Amino acid sequence: MLNVEATQARAVPRRSGAGSNLSRVLRYTLVRGLTLLVTVVIAVYLTILIANGGGYVDQMRIGQIREQVILQMGSDPEMALLTVQQRKQLEEERVRVRVEQLGLDRPFMIRSFEYLWNGLTLNLGSAEYLLSDSGSRQVRNILGERLPSTLLLMGTSQLLLFFCALFVALFLSRRYGSFLDKLVIALAPNSAAPAWFYGLFLILIFAALLGWLPYGGMIDAPPPQEPLPRALSIAKHMILPVLSMFIANIFASIYSWRTFFLIYSSEDYVEMAKAKGLSDRQIERRYVLRPTLPTIITSFSLMIITLWVGAIVLETVFAWPGIGRLTQQAINLYDTPVIVANTVIYAYLLAVTLFLLDIIYSIVDPRVKLGGGGNRS
Amino acid sequence: MKNALRQIRNYPSAVFGLFIILFLVALAIYAVIAIPYSEAVRLWRGEDNVWLETPRNARPAWFNYFYKEKRPVTIVRRTSDEDAQKTVVDLGGGVQIVDTILEFEYTYDRFPSELAVFLQATFQAARPNVNLIWVTPDGREIPLTEIQVRSSETYRISQDSRLERRLGGVKPEIGLFSDPNNPGKPLKGTYKVLAEGMVFEEGSTVEASVVVYGQLHGLAGTDHRRRDLTVALLWGAPVALSFGLIAAVGSSLTTMMLAAAAVWFGGWVDWFIRRINEVVMILPLLPILIMVGLFYSRSIWVILGVVIALGIFGSGILSYRSMFLQVKESGYIEAARAYGAGNARIIFRYMVPRILPVLVPSFVIQVPSYVFMEATLSVLGLGDPLLPTWGKLLSDAQTNGALINGHFYWVLEPAFLLMLAGLGFVMLGFALDRIFNPRLRGL
Repeated sequence: MLNVEATQARAVPRRSGAGSNLSRVLRYTLVRGLTLLVTVVIAVYLTILIANGGGYVDQMRIGQIREQVILQMGSDPEMALLTVQQRKQLEEERVRVRVEQLGLDRPFMIRSFEYLWNGLTLNLGSAEYLLSDSGSRQVRNILGERLPSTLLLMGTSQLLLFFCALFVALFLSRRYGSFLDKLVIALAPNSAAPAWFYGLFLILIFAALLGWLPYGGMIDAPPPQEPLPRALSIAKHMILPVLSMFIANIFASIYSWRTFFLIYSSEDYVEMAKAKGLSDRQIERRYVLRPTLPTIITSFSLMIITLWVGAIVLETVFAWPGIGRLTQQAINLYDTPVIVANTVIYAYLLAVTLFLLDIIYSIVDPRVKLGGGGNRS
Repeated sequence: MKNALRQIRNYPSAVFGLFIILFLVALAIYAVIAIPYSEAVRLWRGEDNVWLETPRNARPAWFNYFYKEKRPVTIVRRTSDEDAQKTVVDLGGGVQIVDTILEFEYTYDRFPSELAVFLQATFQAARPNVNLIWVTPDGREIPLTEIQVRSSETYRISQDSRLERRLGGVKPEIGLFSDPNNPGKPLKGTYKVLAEGMVFEEGSTVEASVVVYGQLHGLAGTDHRRRDLTVALLWGAPVALSFGLIAAVGSSLTTMMLAAAAVWFGGWVDWFIRRINEVVMILPLLPILIMVGLFYSRSIWVILGVVIALGIFGSGILSYRSMFLQVKESGYIEAARAYGAGNARIIFRYMVPRILPVLVPSFVIQVPSYVFMEATLSVLGLGDPLLPTWGKLLSDAQTNGALINGHFYWVLEPAFLLMLAGLGFVMLGFALDRIFNPRLRGL
């Protein structure tokens, strides 16, 4: 943090004056915040339109209500006393009441804006079909129940991936052209295949052939009660999904970081530092890592957001009870509130992160001038 | 350009990649010619009982080269075959006795997976009668059953529980074949099925076919619905190639055009394109694709359209934009403007070609990710409802527990082809990148 303040202090005198600088910062912050807000609103509204199939889901739901009413009336012995005409009338009446209860009689366009408002105010409401394991219908509870397992899986693998890639890349950028370097470059294209694809092979080898690790799931059945065996059981189930995500992404991210570091370590000031006889570690810390810090922060924070989304297919393949699998279940059940809630939270997280990044950039990197065109988006 | 093509020869990986791509293209062309579209759809839906005579979950037939104990492949014998020994005795008044002997050699070391007899009859009012007898190589005669045949009848010997009891509680496909001196092994030799038929009308006929289902089938094996995997493996090639190529070319070309337009016109056009880009970047791609698949259409072409539309935006448009910003400032653009070239001319003739060397490798490298995207959607159950694809094979295998049940071939075959496609395009793409952008060669 000290370093950051130092750079800031060095950067300030170059700017025109403290007063106009502050107002510029404020204006820029406001404009940037507003554009991001509008972006979020549009993205969420689009999601609502798509998730409702442009009103198609309503038609489906009315059909379901009618079916339920007919079933109910069919099992009621008193209905046999009524004429066909009367029965038809009663059926229409009941369907109408139910449709009005759910508010399905109002035009979809009006309701879509209500959905939008509820979504944006994080009033997530209750799910149509899905239940949480504790039996709650609240979207909040359903998401809350799945979040820890997704965070556990994605957090472990992404953090592992991020720091491994960073350190190996730094190491390789120092000895580029070596055999190891060439090996990583040659292996980098493997990330064209998604993680679940490697997951299939890992399941085949470690679960089916060798029988060392489980096929999927998160914990043994029945789950162990004591904390230590419990943690060990979860760890055992995590190995394969984490490994498949690692294999799928590690080489490509090492490759891109390494190229990035190489560009920075061929700058003149690095050559100068080398000529001065500074040690490798010092050069790395002061002259390579510091100018690349903004990029590292950006990619780290964007990585943190992706934790939220989970990995839809990977979680499905490994039967991991996380947000990704929840999304797929919700989509298959046409459970709009859950889908919209998921997207809203993701959009908010992304927008807030982008906003914060803009501000962090200006603190960390003296070369970035706030309000000076705002070309980066 | 010609120079670049000549340089490809200097990169063994590029030649290898090109070779793989050519192989896949040849496979795709062969698939489309050998199995026309409508035929592929019909076969994969399994209409008209096309897969009646193939075994369930059979491994590829060439596995036998690696087994010490040879496993059976399917044997089919029909009464309509030329070599079936038929004796007809006419009893007058349209009543006939038709005895047929169906013979087959069994030389395998393992038991078949299933046994069935299919019967067809034509008659006016009185159903023909068929008595089936099993004769083993050592001469034992085991009566199977007696059936009054409707127009079409299936007798699944393997599911005949009375026969199972008569054989002493062993499954018929094992009991009928096992060696009495060594019950764990099948008896090798010539088996016979006697079909003693009796028809009661003038012109009435009865035909039977015996199917001894093997444990192995064809080049690629079969799935849980007895479908030959070869159909899907073949047809997966044209689907994957066209999906990957169209999506990659479509989205990267449009991205580049948009970026060029944004830079050239600047002002509100630039602003507008950047804002759309931000909106699309917030939308989660996979959930949107899944929803489109659920609500509108699962046709692969609709999904392809959405993939292209969403693929246009993203970080790519920003990097092209920054490249074009440099190009816009260069002297020859100013010269073009000075001689009065129009907007379209400057964008398409002067700006876009300048970026092509970057574009060509990048879209070749993008192809595999789109090929895998099709597979991803299939695994989520959103594959094209009609066409068999590699992804759909993986999805079927996944939902039917192929790995847990040990049907590894079912997963490995489509996975191998997917990897091959990915490998080919990636190898070619990376080599092209080095040829077109020699600046990167040092890094």
